[in-house]
Amino acid sequence: MAIVPNPYKTTGFLGWIDDRFPLTKLWKDHLTEYYAPKNFNFWYYFGSLALLVLVNQLITGIVLTMHYKPGAETAFDSVEYIMRDVPWGNVIRYMHSTGASAFFIVVFLHMYRGLLYGSYRKPRELIWVFGALIFLVLMAEAFCGYVLPWGNMSYWGAQVIISLFGTIPVIGPDMVIWIQGDYSPADATLNRLFSLHVIALPFVLVGLVVAHLIALHEVGSNNPDGVEIKKHKDKATGIPLDGIPFHPYYTVKDIVGVTVFLMVFCAIIFWAPDGGGYFLEKPNFTPASAINTPPHITPAWYFGSFYAILRATPPLLGSALPGVIAMFGAVLVIFFVPWLDRSPVKSIRYKGPLFKIALALFTLAFIALSYYGMQPPSATGTLISRIGMAVYFLFFFLMPVYTKMDSYKTEPERVTHEAH
Amino acid sequence: MSTEGVDTSRRRFLTLATTGMGVVGGAAVVWPFLASLKPSAKAQAAGAPVTVDLSAVEPGQKLSVTWRGKAVWVVRRTPEMVASLDKVTAELTDPESKSSLQPDYVKGAGRSIKPDVLVTIGNCTHLGCIPTYRPEHPAPDIHPHWEGGFFCPCHGSKFDLAGRVYKGSPAPVNLVIPPHRFASDLSVVIGEDQA
Repeated sequence: MAIVPNPYKTTGFLGWIDDRFPLTKLWKDHLTEYYAPKNFNFWYYFGSLALLVLVNQLITGIVLTMHYKPGAETAFDSVEYIMRDVPWGNVIRYMHSTGASAFFIVVFLHMYRGLLYGSYRKPRELIWVFGALIFLVLMAEAFCGYVLPWGNMSYWGAQVIISLFGTIPVIGPDMVIWIQGDYSPADATLNRLFSLHVIALPFVLVGLVVAHLIALHEVGSNNPDGVEIKKHKDKATGIPLDGIPFHPYYTVKDIVGVTVFLMVFCAIIFWAPDGGGYFLEKPNFTPASAINTPPHITPAWYFGSFYAILRATPPLLGSALPGVIAMFGAVLVIFFVPWLDRSPVKSIRYKGPLFKIALALFTLAFIALSYYGMQPPSATGTLISRIGMAVYFLFFFLMPVYTKMDSYKTEPERVTHEAH
Repeated sequence: MSTEGVDTSRRRFLTLATTGMGVVGGAAVVWPFLASLKPSAKAQAAGAPVTVDLSAVEPGQKLSVTWRGKAVWVVRRTPEMVASLDKVTAELTDPESKSSLQPDYVKGAGRSIKPDVLVTIGNCTHLGCIPTYRPEHPAPDIHPHWEGGFFCPCHGSKFDLAGRVYKGSPAPVNLVIPPHRFASDLSVVIGEDQA
């Protein structure tokens, strides 16, 4: 059967491939002929950095799995073995543990960029929804990974988080035993979390990242002005007038971001790999013990805000269920942002004072919640957490009201940009 | 595509029937995977109820057994010990055990099915240390109104002979009472509920 020649007229080996597989098409569609707005700023580094950290986690994770031995009797010792006896093992483990924290830092900033410039607005709702799913899976992945060293904080962290399911009426207690595969966190629990951490969740995560990018490249990137570059195309070529090819323009720009990121990342790995007790917590340097609870059980810093919401919610009829609902609600509400924002403009540059105040309060609330979620419980902490929690939820629940009431400036027709 | 000579209603029925059976089969296959996550036979055996023979425990004595990786105490309280429980009510954080964990069938100040037998989990509700049994009294080194009980050496939490926590202890609530039942007058099964 005769082959239909590929439309790119490539020849030789590449031509042979292009006749059978859309290699040139993929390269062009996603890199050299993917036109991104020319006015990207600092905030646009974090998407590519998230991809970089994902690759770091996958590669270091594959190597760590070659040395790590899941199991209540072997896990802690095998991590110590990696740290002491495996050549470069300590560096590879620190790359992985620091990578987990770095992942959340870049993802938080990436999401914040979306809030600033309205990147979730029509037609980019699905990009945001895929992103929120990535965030959810990332949290599950981080929790599973946190348990694997089977240190004492791993153990009690697992205990606290899994027991959250015990608050579900009727089926809760049986569900906890089913999740644990035992009557307390044990060997079976550790092994199933290991399976999720190295197989199931990474598969889902990578799949969602691909979906996130396919959706992005279908509709095109937003930009700091929040105006559509596809409205003004070159009549002859059909290329957006304010668009530049992703490669080489943004690949080269992102190298600058990567360089700065790696300087900070490597500095932490080399000189402060425990991140002052926030990236690797001190009680986790002692083995899991069912009869010795750490002085206070704190989540990893990136769960601080959600943990604060859990703790600040008062129990109802002796059940902690409202707190669990509030904590999961705090993540779920993120999914609905595209439909909550009713402002006629996308970007904060053209939004009015109400949105700016709301976002500022939300930012403060998130930082306060993250801080108090890591502190031992106290009356002040509970009070501030409750205020923070109210602000957190009101930012979302009242968004349809204040974005509609708010004043706004007229968006420009084209992106604002000074060549340099 | 040509549909000439095709009995479309027959084809539609076959498509639906095949898809339906496929869905049922697929759903049935999910079950073994979900069920495989339940505690294995080994975990179940290790977590099986523990039977304690009370004839081996003298009145006033404490016996410690292990159930599901936790220390469980069985204390045979003397009538004098039972009587002491009401003397310390004013010193306790939660004398009626309203915010503490115990099965519904465990009643009264003694937190027991029978007044003379206390069954409790031996981990301090503060940070999980194992308190020591201190039945002697008075004991001014522990508490001015000590009537016997448990003292946690780690952070100084004090509990009475029903596992109720004294005021001023770091432990927030009383010791946890596990599910248990009496198989006979002198045999208690830990890990099964009283009918």
